Amino acid sequence: MLTKRIIPCLDIKNGRTVKGINFVDLRDAGDPVELAQRYADEGADELVFLDISATEEDRKTLADLVRRVAEKVNIPFTVGGGISSVKDVSTLLYNGADKVSVNSSAVKNPNLINELVAKFGSQCIVVAIDAKKIDGVWKVHLIGGKVPTEIELFQWAKEVEERGAGEILFTSMDHDGTKNGFANEALARLSDELNIPIIASGGAGVASHFADTFIEGKADAALAASVFHFKEIEIRELKNYLKAKNIAMRL
Amino acid sequence: MKIVIIDYGAGNIQSIKFAFLRLGYEAILSNDPEVIKAADRVIFPGVGEASSAMKKLRHSGLDLLIPNLKQPVLGICLGMQLMCRYSEEGNTKGLGIFNIDVIKFSTQVKVPQIGWNQITELKSDLFKGIREQEYIYLVHSYYAPLCNETIAISEYELPYSSALRKDNFFGVQFHPEKSSFVGAKILKNFLEL
Repeated sequence: MLTKRIIPCLDIKNGRTVKGINFVDLRDAGDPVELAQRYADEGADELVFLDISATEEDRKTLADLVRRVAEKVNIPFTVGGGISSVKDVSTLLYNGADKVSVNSSAVKNPNLINELVAKFGSQCIVVAIDAKKIDGVWKVHLIGGKVPTEIELFQWAKEVEERGAGEILFTSMDHDGTKNGFANEALARLSDELNIPIIASGGAGVASHFADTFIEGKADAALAASVFHFKEIEIRELKNYLKAKNIAMRL
Repeated sequence: MKIVIIDYGAGNIQSIKFAFLRLGYEAILSNDPEVIKAADRVIFPGVGEASSAMKKLRHSGLDLLIPNLKQPVLGICLGMQLMCRYSEEGNTKGLGIFNIDVIKFSTQVKVPQIGWNQITELKSDLFKGIREQEYIYLVHSYYAPLCNETIAISEYELPYSSALRKDNFFGVQFHPEKSSFVGAKILKNFLEL
């Protein structure tokens, strides 16, 4: 049986792991390669590296980091942050990334999704969507959630699927950093309307939030950062807990 | 032991190289027929779309070389699918090593299947020391149905071939290089066949 996935996310800046609380206030949480290895050993199903400085810095640093992670880690990982071209993706995949995620660049140039899918295949193209509910409507945001657009979440998600993306990583800006649980209503609607896997992101605080997002939110995978980095939730314990709730888990 | 990973421009093959390095083996990436023929073990990887991958194989003449190899060959993911007779993806004629046609999952399930699933009904020494129901990592939209050459079964929508074998040819739908310690053990078994 296909299991639900637990995905620690490592936000990277200057080659170090950080986590933004509501995408501001950055705190240092360690060396990415060491942390990645630890998560793999603890039973993480996958990892996501998000380079939050990618737009400002030399991309070579990221490619080197990707290579070092690929050498060490025996589970799949996705790299995102500031990716805007076929060449960017090619460099990351060549260095050992299994998947890449595109976000703002896909909103600005939706055809990028088609180009990437044609060149590398759906299986390695994740589209990340940051959205926030404004006056009752989920609106897509850009640049790590800083810039609002007029694009509606569900419409965009459908378009992303039609353009061939293999997966959607949905972050609710309203939930991210709150530790009050995932945006399950929106997530369930995404799962109902689309036929590609949906990764839930934003809002993990306690173990039951993961159960809720898999059951109510119908998510295929759940991503979190600080609760794992600061050991507020241990991955192995979390997975045992979810398994006991009859949620398919790799133990 | 000389391990060659066939490099025909399809997908992330560094990960396979790194997986062998973690086992203590240096694998070579090559598309040179002489290098491939002289290898003790051949890995046939592949990620991406079937018809374009097949086109690349034909372009380099590897489509004629691979079915005639005598040493153990391991196809991974799309590599395994291309070793089949035919793939629905891009209406692609395969290498015809495995006597089965690759078809797409229906819309009853999310496609692609992404994540960790279990392998059961394990046959062949490729799975020596691997327990039934172990978890492996998969990413795919197309699958090989069950057939005489099936040596491992996974279930998604229905039971299908998670691994195939014919003589010296092995194929796995999953990614052993990304399947944690279970995957590493399978790669090690392949080297010890």
